[in-house]
Formats: sequence, C-alpha cells, structure tokens
Amino acid sequence: MPRNPQLNGNGELQHLLSIEGLPREILVKILDAAESFVGVTERDIKKVPLLRGKSVFNLFFEGSTRTRTTFEIAAKRLSADVINLNVAASSTAKGESLLDTVANLSAMQADIFVVRHGSSGAPFLVARHVKPHEHVINAGDGRHAHPTQGLLDLYTIRHYKKEFGGLVVAIVGDVLHSRVARSLIHGLTTLGVPEVRVIGPQTLIPAGASALGVRVFHSMREGLKDADVVVMLRLQNERMSGALLPSAQEFNKHYGLSLEKLALARPDAIVMHPGPMNRGVEIDSSVADGPHSVILPQVTFGISVRMAVMSMVAGGG
Amino acid sequence: MRLLIKGGRVVDPASGRDALGDVFVADGRIAQPVGTPDRTLDARGLVVAPGFIDLAARLREPGYEYKATLESEMEAAVAGGVTSLACPPDTDPPLDEPGLVDMLRRRAKALSRARVYPVGALTVKLAGKQLTEMAELTESGCVAFSQANVALADTQVLWRALQYAATFGFPVWLRAEDAWLARGGVAHDGEVATRLGLAGIPAFAETIALAQLLELVRATGARVHVCRISSAAGVAMLRRAKHDGLPLTCDVGIHHLHLSEMDLGYFDSHCRLEPPLRSRRDREALAAALADGTIDCAVSDHTPVDEDQKLLPFGEAEPGATGLELLLPLALKWGMEMKLTLAQTLARITSGPARILGVASGRIEPGAPGDLVLFDPDAAWRATSAALKSQGKNTPFLGMELAGRVRATVVDGHVVHEA
Repeated sequence: MPRNPQLNGNGELQHLLSIEGLPREILVKILDAAESFVGVTERDIKKVPLLRGKSVFNLFFEGSTRTRTTFEIAAKRLSADVINLNVAASSTAKGESLLDTVANLSAMQADIFVVRHGSSGAPFLVARHVKPHEHVINAGDGRHAHPTQGLLDLYTIRHYKKEFGGLVVAIVGDVLHSRVARSLIHGLTTLGVPEVRVIGPQTLIPAGASALGVRVFHSMREGLKDADVVVMLRLQNERMSGALLPSAQEFNKHYGLSLEKLALARPDAIVMHPGPMNRGVEIDSSVADGPHSVILPQVTFGISVRMAVMSMVAGGG
Repeated sequence: MRLLIKGGRVVDPASGRDALGDVFVADGRIAQPVGTPDRTLDARGLVVAPGFIDLAARLREPGYEYKATLESEMEAAVAGGVTSLACPPDTDPPLDEPGLVDMLRRRAKALSRARVYPVGALTVKLAGKQLTEMAELTESGCVAFSQANVALADTQVLWRALQYAATFGFPVWLRAEDAWLARGGVAHDGEVATRLGLAGIPAFAETIALAQLLELVRATGARVHVCRISSAAGVAMLRRAKHDGLPLTCDVGIHHLHLSEMDLGYFDSHCRLEPPLRSRRDREALAAALADGTIDCAVSDHTPVDEDQKLLPFGEAEPGATGLELLLPLALKWGMEMKLTLAQTLARITSGPARILGVASGRIEPGAPGDLVLFDPDAAWRATSAALKSQGKNTPFLGMELAGRVRATVVDGHVVHEA
C-alpha cells in the first residue's frame, strides 16, 4: 500500500480526502479545533483572519447547494476569498478533463480546492497533481467518502454524548451508495466506538460490509435496540423503486424511522441525518422535528468543522 | 540464411530438455548443423527458448492508432520475446470482415516482426446478434472467433454461434462474464470495492456465465477456449469440467497471477483491468491452477491505453494494461513463487499456447519454425516509460524492478530484436 496521500512528511494534514487512514490524534485535533470555532460563529463579528489572503476554489463537478454553501461560509469566516465554480455546467460540458480544469485554476493561484465529484477517488487524483502548497478537501466523491460530513457527524456525537467509548451507533438505510456512511464508519471505529451497526435490506448493504468493522442487521427492530445514536441516510429518489427496492412506502414501513421504532433505542438516543431529508421515506416528520433530533445542530456544527479543516490544511496549524 | 546460436542453456519445454548446447536454424527452420552459418549469436550465459506465444495482445489497428500502432506494438512484441501473437477482434471496426483481417495480416507481415494470428469477431460488430462469416474469415487467416471483452448476453445467439462453429470445427475463445451482473461494475465486488465506494463485479458474474458456457459446450461439442479466468470458484468449475472430459482449454492474464484487489491502493487506475483483480484467495487459486495444468497458459492481455485515459478517476479510466514486454518477467516471477523448473514455467508461454493455437512453433526440434528467444533470467531492469517500446506505458508495475530481460529474438530464422 502506498503512503497515505493525505499526510505530509511530518504526519500533518496536507489534504483531507478520506477519514480512512487518519490517525486518532488528527481526528481529535480537528474536533477540538472545531470546538474553538463554535465560539467564533456565535459572535457578532463572525470572522477570524486565519486564511486572510488565501483563495478557496469550490470545485463542484456534481450539483450541491448545501455543502457548497457551508464551505463558502466557513471559508469566508476564516477571511479567505472564495470562488465558486459550477464545473458541471461549464468546462466538463466542453470536454475539458478534470486535471486540465484543476491545472487552469491552479494557474490562478489557488490555495485550497474543495472538490466534489461523481466518481469515487477523483479528489485523490487531483491531490496527486496539485502543487505542494495547494490543498485538496474532498467534499464528496461518488460512493467513496464525504469526510467533512463524517467529521461533523463525529463532532455532533461527541457534543451530545461526550465520550465515544461504550456507544452503540446505528446507521440505517442505503449504505451501499452512501459516502456519508463510509466516512462515518471509519471515524467511529478509529475513535473507539465499540459497536457500529448498519441496518438495511441486503440490496442496500455492500459486499463484505463487516470488513469495515460493523455489525450488519437486516431487521430495523433488532438493529435499533439500545442504540445511543441513530444515523438515517438519505435514499435517492431514483433508487426508491426498481431492482433495489419495490417502493418508497415499503422501504418506509421496514426501514423508515418512526417514533414507534425509535422507542427501541435508548431513551436519550439522538437522531441524525446528513440532509436533505425525504420526510415520510427514511424518516417521519414526528422524529425529524422531535426532541431526539439533532439534525439542525449538525448543520451549524458543519460550518465550524469545515473551518477547522481548512485552517488545519492551509493555515499553518 | 543460416543462424547458429552458440553455447546457450537450451530450454525446450515441449521435451523437457534443459542443457547447454547450440541451436542451428536454416531456411527459417530449426535444423541439424550443416555448413557455415551466415551469422552466429553468442548465447553464453543466456537461456535459449522457443519464442513466446501470446494468445491475447491488442495491436490497436485498425481504428485506435492514437493508442498504439502496429509498428510500436510489433516492436514491443519482439522486445518481449514474443514471436507469435493472437490479436482479439475488438478493433474499430471490429475484425468481422475478411478484408480487414487480410489487411491486418499483410500490414503485420510487411513489418517482419512477430507472427500475427487474428482472432475474428464471433458476431457482426461484436454486437451479439448476427454471426460473422466464419468460413470466409478463416480463409483470410482467422484462427478462432471471439467476443473480446464484449459479453454475448443473448444465450440463444451464443448457443447458435457455438453450434455453427462446431459444425466446421472453428475454435471459439470466450470470456465468461455475465453482462447483466457486470453492468456498471469497475472492480471486484469485495472488501476493497466496498471501502473505496466502487461499483462491484461479483465473482459469480464469472461462474454463472461459465456454467452457461459449459452446458453449451456439452450440448454443442464446440471447441471452446475460456479466456482470462479470474476467480477461484471459476477455476474449480473448470477443473471439474476438464475432469469430466469436456474439450476445454483456458488462459489467465499475467497480471492476475500477481495482483489482487488490494493493489488498487488509493484508486490506482493502472489496476483497472478486465476482468477485475479479485481477492488474494482468487489470485492464489489462479497461480496454483496454472501450475497444476487446470489453466493451460498465461497471456499478456496486452492493452495499450494512452495516458490521458488513465489520468481519470478509477471508474472512468479505460481498463487494461500493457503486457507484451512484461510477459517474461512476470512468468518467471510466477514460476519462482510456484517453485517450478524453468522448462515448466516457460511451457505456459510456449508449448502450452502453441497447442491451443495449433501451430508447430513453441518448441525446439528439427523442422520446427525458427522462432527463438535468448534471455537473461537474472538481469534486472526497471519498467519505466522509457524502457517500454509499446506505446502503452500503462502498467501497475511502472517504475518497479523486474528480473528477466530479452537479449535477442529470432523469427523465422531472422534476428528481429537485439538488446
């Protein structure tokens, strides 16, 4: 196996491409830094000068409003200049290759590339070809990883549960296609969560999932039992009826989170969702808007976590 | 033209001979020494073996000259010690018309390098609907018929194609891969694809297609050669089928003897191959099956890909690896791992494939074609872009040191390569 491409020679974070392979100390350092930024985001003047004069290029080869916006806000709060490029609609439509697009932007003096791409591994390719002073942050690649989402999920869990030891975390739904699930699983196992469960029908659980260090459940009722944290995954519209699932209704009946199913988890369980939610499909409104839900705080924490990541890769500390 | 190859370690896998000696070639054939040679090659310290026979090497002509040309790939062949090669029909247009085959053979012959044996398309445009004119194609030089990497999804057409080929005794070379199960997949459906978030091709995509194929061979009596077997379960099925007496032969890609899904590392697009690299257990089963004879021969599955098509995210990268010049070192590496003699190792790239191709080469005995290779089994070299003659520099072994260097290649009694 080649050297972990995310770390520089001193073992520091050069790029953030995947949570897999990051040592525990770095994950904790990111979460701690995020905590310090929560204070900033609550102030009247929500800016710190850590990335003043630096340019952040949001390079989204796949549509996204929410993630792009949170990266933009995070970068601006660090005083960086932000350039948003909706590449899906421009260069690639003209046939320009991924690396050519990056080389062109690099010539415009970028410091950080925030990359979202529909193909697993694309940010690794970009990271292999950028200049030494440029940094790549993966904002979601195919089914592979969404590390800042994983980190904000970890942050949320630590915020509400304080410790990772002793927790039971259940991740429910379309694990097969979920980069969010993959990133979160690696984070949880690295931080010492003793029991990570994935719950879904066989069609939505990848081959050999147990090799990721998770327990696989096909029954939601068994899988939710005594869970401290329930993470619901988004089910994409195009997968709701076809060869993977017969219908959204049937999915909801077996794997949608209702108050009744949630009652099987621990009384103080928290419910998370990376958004955007399909109400009535993977999650009922009574749960999404109920007392166990921490879905909106997740979004708030997401900004601090992204500030932490950007300042760590490019802020010299 | 009389050529004397003097003082080498002569290894002839067909007879098992492995001894110091001379080899004499007269008028393109191996012969008893007579008269004065026109040329003498000093083979001291080198192995003298039959030229290698590769059942799968893409020359990319016609249609893909930007990836590679006949000139570049024929140079690569002889630099790798390959004196005979079969090229699959997945050119553009595919080799489905006698005119195309004829032109390819004539172009190849004019270059006076390796012997080229075209494999014709089994169906028109490889589209899996209409049979090609196999008799016409055979007359123009096709040695077998194949679908290359394009699965024939319609089992009715597959059945009829095998019946038709069996009628005339035409060999059919097919990969076993279910088109539906492989659809959209880019890597072995296992631990690594799950971790990397890559769409998987399960091992049963191979065994399900193989089960179909074996039943159709039983039903039609067609002479089928199974190409690029990739899974332990597939190997077990072939072993049983051969034991039952089915007239089957089988090959494996040289990369699959050494690499597994683990080698994908962080999305190394050089490891994007067809069929996909599978688990370590599969790799071990393939290496063992080639040693025990379940698999008859190893092929380079040479596929030059231009760099731009590999500088893409893994799933978008074009599959394939350059292989002609790696065939010898990778075969030697496999032979060492399996603790085989040099003759046993070389049999898989000489006499083994010669039998499948039905040619007289692949051995060193009087009357056999004067196709020979002189190589230093211990010479180390680095597989760099500059070291490779092929236009395709795409190999998972790029930059690595390999042992086994070809020093001279002889085709039809002529020295066509020296290094």
